[in-house]
Amino acid sequence: MATTGQAAGHAPHGDGETRRDFLYLATGAFGVVGVGLAAWPLIDSMNPAADTLALSSIEVDLSAIETGQRITVKWRGKPVFIDRRTEDQIKQAEAVNVASLRDPQTDGERVVKPEWLVLVGICTHLGCVPLGQKPTDPRGDWGGWFCPCHGSHYDTSGRIRKGPAPSNLVVPVYEFLDDSTVKIG
Amino acid sequence: MAAPAMNNRMIKWFDDRLPIFTFMHHQMHEYPTPRNLNYWWNFGSLAGVMLVVMIVTGIVLAMNYTPSADLAFGSVERIMRDVNYGWLLRYIHANGASMFFIVVYIHIFRGLFYGSYKSPREVLWWLGLVILLLMMATAFMGYVLPWGQMSFWGATVITNLFGAFPVVGDAIVTWLWGGFSVDNPTLNRFYSLHYLLPFMIVGVVVLHLWALHTHGSNNPKGIDTKGPQDSIPFHPYYTVKDLFGTAVFFIVYAAFIFFFPDYLGHADNYIPANPLVTPPHIVPEWYFLPFYAILRAFDFDIWFMPAKLLGVLAMFASILILFLLPWLDTSRVRSGTFRPVFKWFFVILIIDCVVLGYVGAKAPNDPLIASEETVAQENEAYNACVAKADAAGKVGEDECDRPFVVQYVHLGQLATLYYFFHFLLLLPILGRTERTLPLPTSILEPVTKHGAGAGK
Repeated sequence: MATTGQAAGHAPHGDGETRRDFLYLATGAFGVVGVGLAAWPLIDSMNPAADTLALSSIEVDLSAIETGQRITVKWRGKPVFIDRRTEDQIKQAEAVNVASLRDPQTDGERVVKPEWLVLVGICTHLGCVPLGQKPTDPRGDWGGWFCPCHGSHYDTSGRIRKGPAPSNLVVPVYEFLDDSTVKIG
Repeated sequence: MAAPAMNNRMIKWFDDRLPIFTFMHHQMHEYPTPRNLNYWWNFGSLAGVMLVVMIVTGIVLAMNYTPSADLAFGSVERIMRDVNYGWLLRYIHANGASMFFIVVYIHIFRGLFYGSYKSPREVLWWLGLVILLLMMATAFMGYVLPWGQMSFWGATVITNLFGAFPVVGDAIVTWLWGGFSVDNPTLNRFYSLHYLLPFMIVGVVVLHLWALHTHGSNNPKGIDTKGPQDSIPFHPYYTVKDLFGTAVFFIVYAAFIFFFPDYLGHADNYIPANPLVTPPHIVPEWYFLPFYAILRAFDFDIWFMPAKLLGVLAMFASILILFLLPWLDTSRVRSGTFRPVFKWFFVILIIDCVVLGYVGAKAPNDPLIASEETVAQENEAYNACVAKADAAGKVGEDECDRPFVVQYVHLGQLATLYYFFHFLLLLPILGRTERTLPLPTSILEPVTKHGAGAGK
C-alpha cells in the first residue's frame, strides 16, 4: 500500500499536495456533512411535537367570571392567571408613579381591556407559582400576588414592587375573539 | 508475564483461543499493588460495587415502572405496595444513589489529598471526573422519574438554568423539555437517558481501570514503587481488604434502607407532581447542595452578564476546573502527608464544601445570624421610611437605606470565593513556596529502618 500511495501521490504534483490529500479532505468533509444531516432528525425529534404545538393556544370562556374574581387556566403546561379587576384595582394600578418601578411599565401597556388582566403565573425570580388566586391567599403589600418562595410582591397589574424578582409577571400573547372569549397564545 | 498454570484442559483450550483467563489472572490476581494502601483506598472498589447494585436494581424496577406523566407516580406507589419486594428494591435504588455519591466523594477527596491526579495519572483523573459528570446527570434524571412535586419542580428549576445562556437559551430549554414546560415528553426522554447513561458509566469505568492498571495505584506515601519488594499481589491481599470494607459499608447502607429509608429524601416527593402549585422550598438531593449553593451565590450582575448566567457558569466551572488540577497544583510532592501547609488547607477545603452544602439546603435570603424579630423591626422601619418618602413625592427606594442583614447567601458567596481561591490561586502558589518534608526513598524503607510495628 505504501508504494502505491507514493506512486499515485507524488507523480502529478511537485508541491507536496497530493491527490490523496484532496481525497482525504473531500471524503472527510462529505462524512461530516453526512453525519450532520443524519443527526438533525435525531436532534429535532426532541423538539416539541406537532400535537404539543397544536396545544400551544387555548380559548377561555370569560362569561362565568365575576368582577373581582381570579381564575387559573393551564396554557403550555404553565398556569395563566385571568383577573377580572374591580374599579378600585384598576385605579390603583393606573395611579402608580411608573418611574419608581423596577421594571417600568404603565398599566395600559399590560392590558388589552383594563377590566381583564391576563398573566403567566410564574414568578420571574426562580419560577415558583405566586399566591393570590384564591380569596384566602395572601396577596402581598400591593394587593396583587405574593410569591412564597422568596417573598416577591406584585401589584394589581402584576408588576414587581418588592422582593428579589427582576421583572414583572409576563403578559402572554392573547386576543379577544368576542366579548366573552379570549384566545391565549 | 507468563500465562498462569492451568490444570483444567477445557480452560486451557478456551484460554488459548480467547486469553480471558490469563487476562483476569494478570489484572485481578497477580496485579502488583503498593503494599501500603490504607482504608481510603477501599472507596474505588466500593464505587464499582454501588454501580453494579444500581444497575441490577434499576433493571428490575424498570420492569414495573411506567414512564408517563399520568401513570408514573402511581406505578412507583404500586412498586412500593403491590410488587413483591418492590419496597426493598426501590429503597435500595433510591438510597443507593446517596451511597454511590458519598463513596465517590470520599474517593475524590482521597485523590485530592494524596495527589493521585498528578503525573502519570492525569488521564485517570479526567476519566474519574467524566464518571462524576455522568453520575450527576443520571442521578438528576432518576430523581425526576417518580414524578412527585420535588421531581417536577427540581426538573423545572434545573432545566430552566439553560435558559440563562444568551440568545439560544430559550430554544435549548424548549428542546430539553420537548414542549413549553416540563411534561410527558420530558419524563419520557429522562427515562430513556436514565437507562442509557449507567452503561456509558460502565464504559468509562473500564477506561478508568485501564488507565489505573497502566501505571498502578498511587499510595499514601505518594512515591513510585521501586521494585517487587514494594508491592503485593492484588489477590488475596486487597480482595480481602476490599471485601471487609464492603461488608462494613453495607451495614451503614442497610441501616438507611431498613431504618431510615426516606431520611435522605424529601417528603414533598410523595405528593404527585402539580404544575400549578410550587412547593414553598425547592431543594435538590444532598449530593447536589454544594453546587446549588454556588449556583445561587451570584445574586448580582457583572457587566453584561446577568446573575443567573454567572451562577450557571460558576456551577459548571466548579467541576471543570478540576480537569486542570494536575497543572494547577504545582507541587512535585504527591502525598499531602509530606506537605505540612497543604494539609491544613485541605482540611479547610473540606469544611468549605460542607459549608456550601449547608448553605445550599437553606433559603438564601433567610437571616444567618440576626433573629427574625430584629429583621422584622428593621424591615418595618425601612417600609415606614419608604412610605414617608413616597408621600413626599420622592422615590422611596432611592431615599432610604435598605437594612443590611447577613443572609445565608452571603456565607455561600464567601464559601464559593474560597473554593475557587483554593484551586486557582492557592494550589499554584503553595506548590512553589511550600517547604515539604523529606520523602522516604522507598515504600518499604520506613518499615525496614525502624523495624516492623515501631513507627513514630
